[in-house]
Amino acid sequence: MAVHPRHPWAAYLGRRFLRFLLSLALLITATFAMVHLIPGDPVRAALGITASPELVAARTHELGLDLPLWEQYARYLGGLFTGDLGESMGSGLPVAQTIADRLPYTALLALVAFVVVMITAIPVGMAMAAWTRGGRRRGAELLFTGVSGLLAVVPEFLLAVALIVVFAITLEMLPVADVTGEMGPRFYVLPTLALAVGPAAALGRIVRVEALGVLSSDYMRTARAKRLPARLIHLRHALPNLLTGALTIGGLLISGLIAGSVLVENVFAWPGLGSALVDAIKAKDYPVVQGVVLVYGGAVLLVNLAVDVALGRLDPRSTIRED
Amino acid sequence: MRRLRSPLGVAAVVSLAFLLFAVVLGPVIWAGDAVRTDTLALTQGPSAAHPMGTDGLGRDVLARVMVAARSTIGLALLATAVAVAGGLLLGGLPAVLGRRAGRLVNGFIGLVVAFPGLLIALVLAVVLGTGGRSAALAIGLASVPAFARLTQTLAASVAGRDFVAAARVLGVGRVRMLVRHILPNIGEPLIVQATLGAGGALLAFAALSFLGLGVQAPDYDWGLLLNEGLNRVYLNPAAALAPGIAVVLAGLAFNVLGEFAAQVFGGRAAVARPSGRSARPVPGDALTVTGLRVSYGDAVPVKDVSFTVAPGERVGIVGESGSGKSLTALAVSGLVEPPGVVSGSIASGETAMVFQDPMTSLNPALRVGTQLAEVARVHGRLARRAAWERAVTRLDDVHIAAAARVAAQYPHELSGGMRQRAMIAMGLMGGPRVIIADEPTTALDVTVQKQILDLLREVSSTTGAAILLISHDLAVVAQLCSRVLVMYAGVIVEDLTVERLLAGPAHPYTRALLASVPDMAADRSLPLATIPGRMPSPADPAAGCPFAPRCERADEHCREELPALEAGVRCWHPVDRPVASDAVRAGESGRDDLRVNGVGS
Repeated sequence: MAVHPRHPWAAYLGRRFLRFLLSLALLITATFAMVHLIPGDPVRAALGITASPELVAARTHELGLDLPLWEQYARYLGGLFTGDLGESMGSGLPVAQTIADRLPYTALLALVAFVVVMITAIPVGMAMAAWTRGGRRRGAELLFTGVSGLLAVVPEFLLAVALIVVFAITLEMLPVADVTGEMGPRFYVLPTLALAVGPAAALGRIVRVEALGVLSSDYMRTARAKRLPARLIHLRHALPNLLTGALTIGGLLISGLIAGSVLVENVFAWPGLGSALVDAIKAKDYPVVQGVVLVYGGAVLLVNLAVDVALGRLDPRSTIRED
Repeated sequence: MRRLRSPLGVAAVVSLAFLLFAVVLGPVIWAGDAVRTDTLALTQGPSAAHPMGTDGLGRDVLARVMVAARSTIGLALLATAVAVAGGLLLGGLPAVLGRRAGRLVNGFIGLVVAFPGLLIALVLAVVLGTGGRSAALAIGLASVPAFARLTQTLAASVAGRDFVAAARVLGVGRVRMLVRHILPNIGEPLIVQATLGAGGALLAFAALSFLGLGVQAPDYDWGLLLNEGLNRVYLNPAAALAPGIAVVLAGLAFNVLGEFAAQVFGGRAAVARPSGRSARPVPGDALTVTGLRVSYGDAVPVKDVSFTVAPGERVGIVGESGSGKSLTALAVSGLVEPPGVVSGSIASGETAMVFQDPMTSLNPALRVGTQLAEVARVHGRLARRAAWERAVTRLDDVHIAAAARVAAQYPHELSGGMRQRAMIAMGLMGGPRVIIADEPTTALDVTVQKQILDLLREVSSTTGAAILLISHDLAVVAQLCSRVLVMYAGVIVEDLTVERLLAGPAHPYTRALLASVPDMAADRSLPLATIPGRMPSPADPAAGCPFAPRCERADEHCREELPALEAGVRCWHPVDRPVASDAVRAGESGRDDLRVNGVGS
């Protein structure tokens, strides 16, 4: 790296970080604009047609919606930096409080699902590639592509319903929703499965195709020519080249996981952000919608940034490859 | 039409029929059953009268699912239309706008595309309100960035092609360029994506309705039916499963149609790649190959090859493309993969391989030093630090300046010549008795070629390793080797010294090969000399000498029986007199003139 005086790694990090900041600005502006783009009076829509004009006017003033637009934006930005996301129009509770209460459940669910995806998809995909390389074991290949293809297109909320019917109602093995609030590990099984199966199947397919490409590359032939043990050939020479592709897709999958968790949470009555978001949209509780969308969007952007940084470390070429 | 008989074609036809049936006939056939309430059968499980049970008002679930097909699929198509139209508009903008504004639009698309579609759709649902049409609009708009990105990428790829450049030279305006020249050429991939996108829109719509943000009661679509079914899932699971199954089937149908469209447009075909197990060399002093045969089913590209290489000897294998020389090298180093089958015996000491393309033969994700050191770690059982030091020493041995720094670099930071040196250094790590170099200089430019050949010679004389050089270039072989094996159609036709090669070989093929090498004295007004005819295919079970059909000296005997390799020649009618050809005379005056163009490939 010393030959490049301009520190490509630092420049790459700088570009990525700038991109992250721009996206964040876009997200903040979009959530702010959302309330102002609603046709008619959002406060009237939230309070219903029976509310008195005085109440609507008072609530409008309370929310600052009667101020000039730029001042509202400045207040919104200022609130974000001080952690003040406003108050729920329904319950009057601070939005930040709602998020703090519910985020851990969503985050843990998404994390568990992600780990399950990664520790199943990458080994299975690699093993299938090593197994079916060059048209060997056509039957196994067909079975794998067929089953994984089917699983990859079944959306998580339908899978969730199917899992409930099979494991909770027919077999009575696992619980669906928790009414006691204990949230033990048993309650994580079905939601995790519903979230993880589709992405795992999709990623497994991609890893297999990537691995097939990597395994037939010239440098893998070099590695075989060096008579390295199979363990080294696959783990040291193939895996890093494969991870770049897997990680890129994996990043997209996490974004999908975060969005998919909204649906799965609603199926399983999960006490997370997703059910809060849907309830807030239905109740036209705009401050809560804004806050939760900010959290989801921010999480997606953070994941993308983390993936970019990891890619830069894993594949040294990615730091110089683009623009 | 032939495509329709492939499994994918059949699946596509079935999918289309299924979708059309549900959309056109679903509401017609089941409209009555879907609204008839049966107060005697509220929320019942499946029965003969109601295959999927009844809902809370006693209406037949199956009928309601079938009736909902039209609105569900219709709204999904509406959303797709919005997505495609918006995507074309936004994605086409950069092509129409100037460079600076175009970059701005691209940057914006890039930022928006990072957010998951469902999140965007939820935000839009807040703005647009709930209901079927608004949900379709929300989902459509949420997929606009993805389509815009696709349009823009495709348009950019087309914009670089010759016919667009030609149109630009002719002064065609930007809008006209987009509509007349660019869009028609990216239509096919867009149709494929739109079909796949319709499946995605269907699922997204089901999701929104399921959350209660899409179609509102008393209207219903599959998502809403699923929601109602899930509320009563303990009483009648079938009511939750039926709309779910419908969504999955319709989603699959769109996917199959998209795949089929991709196959029709793209003409994709599965390519079989040879791969698999290989014969491993056994440790020994010199390389001894006996009765080597490599076959791929009926094709036998290498037939009965036997030769030995003495320690420190430098042997070249030459031949045209398809003569089996590279496959012989791969077989010797045990790298032939199934379905290739290797038989015969190969006895060799430690081998090292140097491949043709140094750009792709090093692992791009690992430091050069790591790739060298691991050989010593695995085979020499050296400690990490000692292995690294040996790697630096070897890099130094192959005359890489600042070896310690290069060891810490990645392959992409090295030039082609440096990488080939690193490959040779890597080969030296294991203390090889034989270095097999398969066209090691073909991918390099001429000045670097000579350096690499000099390096190989130096390495061979300092370490005592034998060299087996595979090349189509007689000049390269003559520069480096002392002995040459000439291969033709999978057999060795002649085994001779370089002196003998230059003085006049005995086999007619070798002579023809030599005669086709142009030299400095060649008359440029004449076409290059070639060997008339072509090499038999490896699948031909020809009995006689494979060169007989192209040989002037061949007779009946040649066509019937393959001669044995005797005194270094496999020929019934070898040339006795050492007749000097033009090329050979040039070769005597200086071997380096015997360069350029190579033979036959």
